Order: sequence, then structure tokens, then C-alpha cells
Amino acid sequence: MSEPVDYIERIREKYETLRFSSYQWVVNEAPPAWQPLKKPLSASRLGLIASGGIYVTGQVAFHYKDDTSFRVIPTDVKTSDLRVTHFAYDFTDARQDPNVVFPIDTLRRLQRDRVIGELSEHAYTFMGGIYSARRVREKLAPQLTERLLADQVDVALLVPV
Amino acid sequence: MQAVYPPRAVFLDYPLGHTTGKPHEPDLQRDILVQALTHFAAFTEPGSIATLPFQWSDDETWKDTAQRGPDDRLPRYDTPQYQTEEDRRRAEAHDPSCAVCVDKAPLSAG
Repeated sequence: MSEPVDYIERIREKYETLRFSSYQWVVNEAPPAWQPLKKPLSASRLGLIASGGIYVTGQVAFHYKDDTSFRVIPTDVKTSDLRVTHFAYDFTDARQDPNVVFPIDTLRRLQRDRVIGELSEHAYTFMGGIYSARRVREKLAPQLTERLLADQVDVALLVPV
Repeated sequence: MQAVYPPRAVFLDYPLGHTTGKPHEPDLQRDILVQALTHFAAFTEPGSIATLPFQWSDDETWKDTAQRGPDDRLPRYDTPQYQTEEDRRRAEAHDPSCAVCVDKAPLSAG
């Protein structure tokens, strides 16, 4: 298998060529907080978060200019009610089958098969094209953390795009 | 992913927009997620990243063009960008009894 695409480098080159000033990518130096799993996954409640701009028909869609809002999606949602909107990736396949960026059917199946103990009642989504890392750190991330803690999940799965 | 340095991560070498698989391939999607979760349960070091063994296609020419070429982002509109007009109508009607119409972001939210 060939090397992964170095997106940061490619994007830096691309936008330099297009005469944008360069973006200050977040680089986290300190090791992350670490919690060993307290119980096996098959006994754990899993919370899903996804940044691919998924919403449910009836909800307000994301906008594209540093939208730091999130949506709450009940995990018994009808897959055909899911929608996708984002400015920075080709969402053609995601609109065909949202599971490629929001694995809801997959997780429901894993719950049935007892690979995970339980899928949390709520999933959370946002539109990850947010250029202000500060606003993510100070507003969005703490709000999502609070929600996951209230939902008493054992494990959180973050699906980025 | 290395720059972000999350507690546990798996990497799937697929084009952007396919983080958890290929459309309408539920068995592949299941394999991907089961392998991801198996790695998560087995990691012992913060910052561990495992690469999953799936290949998007036999030739990997998609990598040659990824993030190369013209700026293909959509404009950064500051109003909600609905997938369908029907979505817009439903959201603007905002039925308070609608169970999924929650956390509607006020348009002025920062």
C-alpha cells in the first residue's frame, strides 16, 4: 500500500500557489488524556460524534462560515432522513449513503451483534470546516464533552472528515 | 492525525469523505468499524494510531490528485446550506413537537 496523502503539506502547497496566506494548523504537543477501558466494549455504551456536516431533515442546516453549532441526532433516526452539507469535501457519496461519514446503521448493527453493549441515545454532529481552532477548543468541544458526560457514555467515537 | 494527537485513532486510507467506508457496502463498513473498535480496546499507549488494511482501489491514482489542482471548496456561505428545498421548508416551519428538530442553531450564533 502506498503512503497516505500528506494533506497538511498538500493543502499548504495548494493554497500558497493560489496566493492565500498560510493557515496555522493545530499541532498538539502534549500527550492526550488517557483513560483505560473500564469494561469490555461489549458491555460499553458508545457515543458517536461526527464532523462531516450531517443533519436530519427538519433541523437547520449548517452554514459554511465557522459554524460552531452542533446537532443532536437520535440514534433511532431513519437513515433516509439524514442529510449532509459541508464546503470542504465532496459529499456525493455521503449523500448517497451517510454511513460513510456517519456510521449509524453500522453501529446499530454492532449493537445487535453485541460487539458494543449499547449505542447511546444521542449522536452529535457538526460541520468541521471551522477555521478558528480557538472557538472549537473554547466552545464546541466543551459543549460536546458536557453532552457525552450527561449521556454517560463509556466510549466516544469521533468520525472526522 | 499525528498533529491532533488524540488518545486513540485508526487510519483508513480512503479518499476524503469516506472515513467509515464505501457507500452501500454495509459488510465492508462493518469490517472497518469492528477493526477500529478492536484496535481501540487493545491500545495501551496514548496517541496510538493503527492503520487499517483496506485499500480504496487497486491503483491508487486518487492520491495523485487529492488536494491538488484548483480550489474546489464551496464558497463559505454564512446562511444554512440545505441539501434540499424540502429541508429548508421543514426547518423554517419548525414544528415544536418535532422530536428531531432540536438544537436548531440561531442564524446569528457565533
